[in-house]
Amino acid sequence: MSDQLRSLVDHPVFVYLTDGRTLVGQLMGYDQAANVILGKTHERIFSSTEAMKTVPIGVYVIRGETIALIGELDEELDEQADYDNMMVEPLDPVAL
Amino acid sequence: MSTITLVGQPVTVELKNDLAITGVLVSVDQFLNIKLDNIKVVDEERYPHMLAVKNCFIRGSVVRYVQLPAPSVDTALLQDAARRERQQPATGARK
Repeated sequence: MSDQLRSLVDHPVFVYLTDGRTLVGQLMGYDQAANVILGKTHERIFSSTEAMKTVPIGVYVIRGETIALIGELDEELDEQADYDNMMVEPLDPVAL
Repeated sequence: MSTITLVGQPVTVELKNDLAITGVLVSVDQFLNIKLDNIKVVDEERYPHMLAVKNCFIRGSVVRYVQLPAPSVDTALLQDAARRERQQPATGARK
């Protein structure tokens, strides 16, 4: 597992937590349990009634258990994405 | 148990919350953590949240199914292995 995250270190990542929340930030570190440290973290709050909101929350240490998915954020695609008009339900929580 | 031979094949990973993601299999580890490249969420209309994500790491504990491309699965070999295991349950299987 540790090897699988190596390529993402120092890259902007998208983290989907099991409670349905989504964070973006810089992957600063990780360990074999997939606990991760995110820098410059922002929570992305999706809503079906208003535009996506971004809330800066600083440095986050996230327990691996609570992580569903970590994706590499393509900055070019991310800039092109029309989040201001993206009114969707937040991602569903993942029951374990 | 050699999903490793499916590296490079397109697979669909369905999470326990029904979210399905298709991508090219990059790697799998002993926890069933999965790395996919060139990903696409199956229902993009409903889940556009990840459209800026091209490759991802999925935690094994949230995976419900991994759908494999049928032509890549050697069913004859699988059946044969299962049959052999049934005849000699001591080798390998702990049940």
